[in-house]
Amino acid sequence: MLALVVAHLVVAALLPLVSRRSRRAAFGVAAVLPAATLVWGLANLPAVLGPGPAPSETHVWASALHLEFGFRLDALGVVMIVLVGGLGALILAYSAWYFGKDSRDAPRNSALLLAFAGAMLGLVLADDLLTLYLFWELTSIASFLLVGQGGLHRANRRAAVQALLVTVMGGLAMLLGIVIVGESAGTYRISEIVAAAQQGAGPAGGLAATGIVLILIGALTKSAQFPFHPWLPGAMAAPTPVSAYLHAASMVKAGVVLVGRLSPAFADRSYWWVPIAVLGLVTMLVGGWRALHETDLKRLLAFGTVSQLGFLMVLFGSGDRIGEIAALTMLLAHGLFKAPLFMVVGIVDKVTGTREVGALSGLGRRLPGLAAAATLAAASMAGIPFLLGFLGKEAAFEAFVHDGDWVLALGLLLGSIFTVAYSARFLWGAFATKAGVEATEPRPVVPGLSVPTWIAAFTGLVLGCVPPLTDALARNYAAAYPAEDAVAADYHLALWHGLSLPLLFSAVALIVGATLHLQRARVTGLHTALRHPLSAQRGYEVTVGGIERFAVWVTGRIQAGSLPVYLGVLLLTVLVLPGLALVFGGTLPATVPGYGSLMQLPLGLVIVACAAALTRVRRRFTAVLLVGAIGYAIGGLFVVDGGPDLALAQFLVETLTMVAFVFVLRRLPAHFDAGPRVGRGIQLRKAALATVAGVFVAVAAVVLSGARQEPPAVSGEFVARAPEAGADNVIAAILVDFRALDTVGEITVLLIAAAGTASLVLATRHDKKGKSGRVESGGGTPEHEEEIAG
Amino acid sequence: MTATPEQKIPFEQWDAPSGEWTLPGACPVRTNRTLLLEAATRFLFPVVLVFSVYLLIVGHYAPGGGFQGGLTAGLAFVLRYIAGGGSEGVEIGSRLRLRPPVLMGTGLLLAMITAFAPVLVGRPVLSSAKVSFLGVEVVSSLLLDVGVYLLIIGVVLDLLRSLGSGIERDAEAGQGERP
Repeated sequence: MLALVVAHLVVAALLPLVSRRSRRAAFGVAAVLPAATLVWGLANLPAVLGPGPAPSETHVWASALHLEFGFRLDALGVVMIVLVGGLGALILAYSAWYFGKDSRDAPRNSALLLAFAGAMLGLVLADDLLTLYLFWELTSIASFLLVGQGGLHRANRRAAVQALLVTVMGGLAMLLGIVIVGESAGTYRISEIVAAAQQGAGPAGGLAATGIVLILIGALTKSAQFPFHPWLPGAMAAPTPVSAYLHAASMVKAGVVLVGRLSPAFADRSYWWVPIAVLGLVTMLVGGWRALHETDLKRLLAFGTVSQLGFLMVLFGSGDRIGEIAALTMLLAHGLFKAPLFMVVGIVDKVTGTREVGALSGLGRRLPGLAAAATLAAASMAGIPFLLGFLGKEAAFEAFVHDGDWVLALGLLLGSIFTVAYSARFLWGAFATKAGVEATEPRPVVPGLSVPTWIAAFTGLVLGCVPPLTDALARNYAAAYPAEDAVAADYHLALWHGLSLPLLFSAVALIVGATLHLQRARVTGLHTALRHPLSAQRGYEVTVGGIERFAVWVTGRIQAGSLPVYLGVLLLTVLVLPGLALVFGGTLPATVPGYGSLMQLPLGLVIVACAAALTRVRRRFTAVLLVGAIGYAIGGLFVVDGGPDLALAQFLVETLTMVAFVFVLRRLPAHFDAGPRVGRGIQLRKAALATVAGVFVAVAAVVLSGARQEPPAVSGEFVARAPEAGADNVIAAILVDFRALDTVGEITVLLIAAAGTASLVLATRHDKKGKSGRVESGGGTPEHEEEIAG
Repeated sequence: MTATPEQKIPFEQWDAPSGEWTLPGACPVRTNRTLLLEAATRFLFPVVLVFSVYLLIVGHYAPGGGFQGGLTAGLAFVLRYIAGGGSEGVEIGSRLRLRPPVLMGTGLLLAMITAFAPVLVGRPVLSSAKVSFLGVEVVSSLLLDVGVYLLIIGVVLDLLRSLGSGIERDAEAGQGERP
């Protein structure tokens, strides 16, 4: 399984080579792997559904740190593979025609989409919490890059940053939770944690509860649950295939999937199911209500996705046999109807140049095939019989009606009414002939765009007509939950359960939803009347704006812009903290030798002389030279004391520092006292501080040299084992072998520091470039889509 | 007859000098030119580079190593920069077709690959192995040192780019404001 994931990433890295030849071929090559993944997943179906343990795989990659890649393929994994692999292949094929032949965005998108598919595959297969976290963040980054696109449009940048901030904030909370839960459970294996919890030995106590809630926050942010949901409609600034894949079919399901994975362990804990049920229901209603008023077809679908994710969240968190059967069915159904709907919007956008409800008219007559595919998908969304969505919704109603959870049952009914209404609104908005609107003249639809859409929509119909296929998977997944009675234990997905309350619920949802759509003028009036200043998007903006203002405030307070003040603060801190420790805890060694070697005397003398001269110089250049001389003399001391490696490094660094100093000096006044004169008192205070700090450092050096209590056993080992590391030079052995991790860390820091410095210095130049770096707003507009088409 | 890099050099003239004796060719400010330094740099630059590679390789047996070697090579570029003045500094990257960030990234990548390669053969991260290569025993951790070497050169070149020519251009842009 790891090989499959890595293959995605490797091919994605090589994809630009294909893009150079042909951009369409790049998408074609990219589609191969997700398709292969689907085949692999379906081939493993007998093993997953069979009585034996689910196929799993473990790769220990850092045994000393107990880090491993753990994968496991279960029923939930298979369903997600259908979405990630199957829909991924379809959407990549669709993208080949969606992006124009000469589109500059195509090479980036093909590689990123495939890399995302690999990360998502890793996420859904992961059985280890840390593995899951790794892929979780990779998908967040892929989403950021795919929403941000070239970074040329302000709308893209804002949406990308918002998506990243919200999901990564949740991701960090989740990481903290994962560590807490993993440590208190004694394992990071999801299957082991679930098994232990079901035997009553799961992580318990207040700390574990905190950890579980933190993990839940990660899931809620990723799946765009209230009040974190606004990032998802915002992410619609991305090209439509990206929205269809990431923000409808796969990535936003990650949170739901995580809840589905952990619910068998935690579903009976109130701090797990209460937030899920409440926030999920609120999300479903808020999303559905907002979708009724959007005029942009894509945003309409986005709010629909938010609503459906809330629905899925409630189902997966229910911890109930029938509820979980409904959850898995709806998960599959949602991918199979929402992805084609997005693809339809993409086609409409492409052939007409708009996706505004108010500007489209008569498209149903001109594009009957497309309208039929959209109707099929929308009908599944609305829960009309013979489609997969109907099976899921029936099961969902049954779950809560059967348990007598009337609040949730009626809440879901209301949510379903909204769903029916916005499904109708979508079809009406895209295809209906509207009075007073000029009939739209579409360009012809190429088969490359319509065929994948049809395949996806048609699969929903097939699976809806043949319930046993989905039923086997759903029942296998739900078997992890206890069945409270015979009805629950015996529940099967079916088109006809007899005349029952769930069927009534479905009928009510369809009728009231249709009425709601027909009365849309009144509904819009109600929406306008209910207009209020509170919104989650505003909450996000206020929070982020507040953090920025606070950062500016803190910077203003701390960064006074005066070098003497900074130095003073640093020295005072050194004097107060280690200084006090020295005064109270330090003891002078009994004997302090005057010097170790005769050569130390002249070198020491040079250092003292240079330091004394430094206090009297007026020119900065002289000061730099004197500091350099001190550095060289210290290097000399290293040579005398037998540290040639250290001395070499010291000489080289000293030289480079001097050069850097000289570079910077060109922009500084030649003399120290070029500025306004400071008062005598301030000068005295500076002198006193400098003297005390200098004395402290000198005394500390002497005291610390005598502070060692144990013989340096480690050093001896280093020397003894250096030949084993293949180095006669013990310093080299330490740097590249014994402490190689430190070295890697240090060079990473060095790279970051150099890159940061360079960007700060060079940034001023880019600012002055002016017009050449064109910055425009208006991402996600038809013009932007045109640009993508190339 | 000098051959610019763009021209195809005839086979017989493979050892013909490819540039002016003095480094930059045309110094923007003639009075600022130090011929002695320029000529010396001409000799020293390749020698110092070779020496830096020596330091890199000898690091396992004697004082030296990737950090020291990289700094030495970096200082060779600093010498060129100082001898050639601003225009050379700007050219350092373009003439060698090296962009400092790419060099730094390559170095880090090499170090990372060396770190993770043992995992592929089932050994712990960052473990090293001795390889006998043409009768010479080479330790795989030498590659980590090469990564450090490249990264340090990149850092120094970046320093020249930002603090060197960057500040220079900055000063030119703000003529007169310089104290």
